[in-house]
Amino acid sequence: MESNSLIINLKDTSFSYSGDKLILDLLNFQLHSGERIGLVGPNGSGKTTLFHIIMGLLSPSSGKIELFGKPAHEEKVFREARKKIGLLFQDADDQLFSPTVLEDVAFGPLNLGKSPDEARDIALKTLARLDLFDFENRITYKLSGGEKRLVSLATVLAMDPEVLLLDEPTNGLDDETEEKITDILKGLKLSCIFISHNLDFLFKTTDRIYAMANGKIFLDEALVPHSHVHTHKFGRLPHEHKS
Amino acid sequence: MIIEEQFSTGESFVHKLDPRVKIIVAILFSVVVAVSSDFLALLPALAVSLSLIILGKLSIRKVLYRLLLVNGFILFLWVFLPFTYKGEALFNIGPLVGTKEGVLYASQITVKCNAILLAMIALISTTPISTLGHAMSQLYFPDKIIHLFLFTYRYIHVIFQEYRRLTNAMRIRGFISGTNLHTYRSYAYLVGMLLVRSYDRAERIHKAMLCRGFHGKYYTLSQFSIRIEDILYLSLMLTTILGLVILQWKAIA
Repeated sequence: MESNSLIINLKDTSFSYSGDKLILDLLNFQLHSGERIGLVGPNGSGKTTLFHIIMGLLSPSSGKIELFGKPAHEEKVFREARKKIGLLFQDADDQLFSPTVLEDVAFGPLNLGKSPDEARDIALKTLARLDLFDFENRITYKLSGGEKRLVSLATVLAMDPEVLLLDEPTNGLDDETEEKITDILKGLKLSCIFISHNLDFLFKTTDRIYAMANGKIFLDEALVPHSHVHTHKFGRLPHEHKS
Repeated sequence: MIIEEQFSTGESFVHKLDPRVKIIVAILFSVVVAVSSDFLALLPALAVSLSLIILGKLSIRKVLYRLLLVNGFILFLWVFLPFTYKGEALFNIGPLVGTKEGVLYASQITVKCNAILLAMIALISTTPISTLGHAMSQLYFPDKIIHLFLFTYRYIHVIFQEYRRLTNAMRIRGFISGTNLHTYRSYAYLVGMLLVRSYDRAERIHKAMLCRGFHGKYYTLSQFSIRIEDILYLSLMLTTILGLVILQWKAIA
């Protein structure tokens, strides 16, 4: 695939949940291969809805969707696209449904037609990549919040996606786990869209930040990374900033 | 933790058996015991399940505690059956007459129940739940039953936590349950909210599964291998069960 081919293309897409207020209003959006986009916006502005529309979990009331150059309006096309686009849900309990961690991480590869041995191998390698050693036999519902998030990320990465859609990946994490996820995501050579309220995280992991409001997406010029006076926890103590 | 799986880990002979063998034996044994009616077959069956418990090296105290829970229900049978069953009078308490047939019937049910329960504890609860699910799928149980089983196991905890969150939210605002309309209404809201939330969660889980390529078929990682001990045990148990069938057959013939 050429380096900047169009992966996701939404044209004049509109969506509303029950016919009243438009969540997406003639929205236009493109993601090219290699792009890393951050998405900010107030609660209820339709960020999660946008992800679900891209994955074919919700159908738009009007407009066109193209994924990997193919018009997508039926389940079959989305089913193919889901093999290449990984979506991380906001709540890890929605994502992790198998009794053990290993089975959950292997679920995607098994669906892609891998043999049990291959799937086990992929799952173990993916867990190791995220420094999750000795996790394979842990029970998913007994994991801590941070561990659940990392394992959820592993379940998505195990499918070896070309595009990563993450819905508030740092929400509710402690500083250490947030830093770990940030480092992992910085190191991935994938196209991606990250929804977050955490601008610090977006500046570190994405190249461009879009804002969502009134059912549309804007490239927010004010959100181009730049330095400024800031506040944060323990700011009185002597400290350094990593790039 | 609401599902503790107290018996699922261990190193005994029963723990190491192939889970498929355990499921087959447990089902056949339960069916045969459930339809047997004669003590000549039921008492040996009870002995067989007791021996399984001993083979599994399970804590007798914990097993007794579980039995106690179920026998609490059986106690009710003993309160009613001897006095409602027609037959030869055996004893009387005031105007109530207990019959011999009633007592026999109640003891029959008691022995049956305990024999089946002990076998289930020895064979099924010595297997981790996820392993059970996979063994069921290899025995060609319908996919839907297996999904239901595994999902119940996975999400009962989440639903329980949600229940706790809701009751805590009620408590911190001064809710004290009592016998009044306010209490009934609040609990109705609680149950309704739990249902709605579980439904929503089920939808989100399904979507998350679709995103990872789910299309109705559940593949499993585990591959079991049957050992010579498993085959020996299976043949021994099948013979025993056949023996129970013959005992029952001879008793009614």
